[in-house]
Amino acid sequence: MDFDLTEEQRLLKDSIDGLLADAYDFDSRKKYMAEKGGWSKAIWSKLAEQGLLGLPFSEDDGGFGAGGVETMIVMEAMGRALVLEPYLATVVIAGSFLRHGGSAAQKEAHLAGIIDGSRTFAFAQLEKQSRYDLFDVATSAKKKGDGWIIDGEKFVVLNGENADTLIVTARTKGGQRDKSGIGVFIVPADAKGVTRKGYPTQDGLHAADITFTGVEVGADAAIGDPENALPLIERVVDEARVALCAEAVGLMDESLNTTVEYIKTRKQFGVAIGSFQALQHRAADMFVALEQARSMSMFATMASDFEDAKERATSIAAAKVQIGKSAKFIGQQSIQLHGGIGMTMEAKIGHYFKRLSMIETTFGDTDYHLRRVSEAGGVV
Amino acid sequence: MDLAFTKEEQAFREEVRQFFKDNVPPETRRKLVEGRHLSKDEMVTWWRILNKKGWGVSHWPVEYGGTGWSSVQHYIFNEELQAYPAPQPLAFGVSMVGPVIYTFGNEAQKKQYLPRIASVDDWWCQGFSEPGSGSDLASLKTKAERRGDKYIINGQKTWTTLAQYADMIFCLCRTDPAAKKQMGISFIVFSMKSKGVTVRPIQTIDGGHEVNEVFFDDVEVPVENLIGEENKGWDYAKFLLGNERTGIARVGVSKERLRRIKELAAKVESGGRPMLEDPAFREKLTACEIELKALELTQLRVVADEGKHGKGKPNPASSVLKIKGSEIQQTTTELLMEVIGPFAAPYDVHGDDDSNETMDWTAQIAPSYFNNRKVSIYGGSNEIQRNIISKAVLGL
Repeated sequence: MDFDLTEEQRLLKDSIDGLLADAYDFDSRKKYMAEKGGWSKAIWSKLAEQGLLGLPFSEDDGGFGAGGVETMIVMEAMGRALVLEPYLATVVIAGSFLRHGGSAAQKEAHLAGIIDGSRTFAFAQLEKQSRYDLFDVATSAKKKGDGWIIDGEKFVVLNGENADTLIVTARTKGGQRDKSGIGVFIVPADAKGVTRKGYPTQDGLHAADITFTGVEVGADAAIGDPENALPLIERVVDEARVALCAEAVGLMDESLNTTVEYIKTRKQFGVAIGSFQALQHRAADMFVALEQARSMSMFATMASDFEDAKERATSIAAAKVQIGKSAKFIGQQSIQLHGGIGMTMEAKIGHYFKRLSMIETTFGDTDYHLRRVSEAGGVV
Repeated sequence: MDLAFTKEEQAFREEVRQFFKDNVPPETRRKLVEGRHLSKDEMVTWWRILNKKGWGVSHWPVEYGGTGWSSVQHYIFNEELQAYPAPQPLAFGVSMVGPVIYTFGNEAQKKQYLPRIASVDDWWCQGFSEPGSGSDLASLKTKAERRGDKYIINGQKTWTTLAQYADMIFCLCRTDPAAKKQMGISFIVFSMKSKGVTVRPIQTIDGGHEVNEVFFDDVEVPVENLIGEENKGWDYAKFLLGNERTGIARVGVSKERLRRIKELAAKVESGGRPMLEDPAFREKLTACEIELKALELTQLRVVADEGKHGKGKPNPASSVLKIKGSEIQQTTTELLMEVIGPFAAPYDVHGDDDSNETMDWTAQIAPSYFNNRKVSIYGGSNEIQRNIISKAVLGL
């Protein structure tokens, strides 16, 4: 049992922390947000140069063969700096689809563009009715010759507005809520029949609602088994949840730091408001919530390698519950302890709160995961 | 980073578990499972079994009878002990005064006291809190006046756990009334059989008798019973209180209680089905399990850190353990109350010898719930813990 980072992992942490400390203060972030697409191509290139976009891919595939801990380090750092660039959608989600389900030809075709930063991806999964059920898929993929024709609508597709390539879940067989008969398809974003309606999200990222009308793709578009890809989807989404947990820990860590610094300097009644016990105890409770979340983020990172799929899913769901609870408490109390200034767009704290709030509703909220853990018989 | 236990550690867990299975008297285990009080004999019998095995004072240095285990092994031992469950070694001797004596005591004191702590020939109690000195412990007033080769002790201690069984007490006494609060305190040990010592029971809201008031009326104590230096007692007290950081979360205790909640909730009917299948109850139970899982991991982080970097600098996460650990213990007793519902009410008129088959598992549930309110008060109340976090960790 060991919670320390290896020498290499510490170097990685120093490298990403250093990059973001230099290039990603709150004012720079505002500039990146104003760029076309809502994030910085220059930062994305820097991430590529430092090898961060190739981190999880095997050396044979041109990557660095890093594991979950490395992704945790990067996502936590990105949370701390409130990074806008589409690392989750491209490296974590699309990357995991290709790593766990991609054929040699698919890896050959797509990984180089991810690793060198020339292409970004988006995962088109959510539908109007599906909410958090990954198996609830109405979008259809009908066989035509060797290939497929995709029809349907996807919503709130993260990075969907900017992505070069989409990864789309679509039903090849069965009814809308059947667990079998679901496929995963690689679709170029500029394919004929793809219509994107992009918009900024509440947390400053960008997403799109995407309509697929008679979109034709070849036989090589399907990742894994086109009639039974749910296990693959669940595995990839679990990895996305783990990454979100780490990002949330970074956000919470920075929220608490920022709040503590603020109450040390803000004066009322002639003294720093941090000298009041009511505020000190609130901050102490925020620290407790943060450490509990940090522990579960580590647990989730380890759990993504569990061989038993059920144990993996339950453990990660448990982590998402803890992160959800801690994030709500720390996010809300950070605003409260800042007082009026916390309500303004100008102050950085509100932006952390907003990102934490959106993570809560991504890939299952606290109640959803609590129910899953409960139905699985618990975690102890 | 690797959360798995090694093969050796897993084998150690098996060994410990098997030892408890083979050696904890079944009646002792039953009483603990049901939340009942043990008699003095039951506790001492078990501790002597543990000591014979060489595990009575496991975390002490090897030269004084310790095991030389790693921090992970200590963690595993404690978890298994709490989860079996078996009675924990008497903290006042083994975890509190023992380490103070082997760290600050002289050779004669080590020889005189340490073996008798290990063999439970001496039952120790703790003379810290006073009626006017709870969270503000350093305001204590009990006086020890030096007269020749004796201290004359006058004053009153309170919340003295199991003083009714104690042979010895370690006491914080004011030896320099002129010095500032923390500066004039000494750490003195003496026999509870000394002339002038009076123990008066305090009955707690669960109906039990765990704690006492202890009065000192011109108690004469030889000066060689001073541990360490005169007027340095506050340092030793801080050492003592900081010593047991990881056990305080009592993860094993809460695990065992969750196991029991599930077992009972599967039997009790609610709305025509087992309580365990009630989604609202079930989700509360799951929420508690998840909190406990997080706490277990937090505790392991502290344990791993101690194993690697020594006990010198406390891991900031350790301050979380007391707060969260006590909250979870209390939640588990609330869940048990929910499980038995209206049958929480009957008072346990038969006491610990209850042989009534139908009711014996319900009788202690409400008292245990009442009794567990103490866990967020003792050992530095949770409010004091928050003061510590805000000052020592957050720098407020």
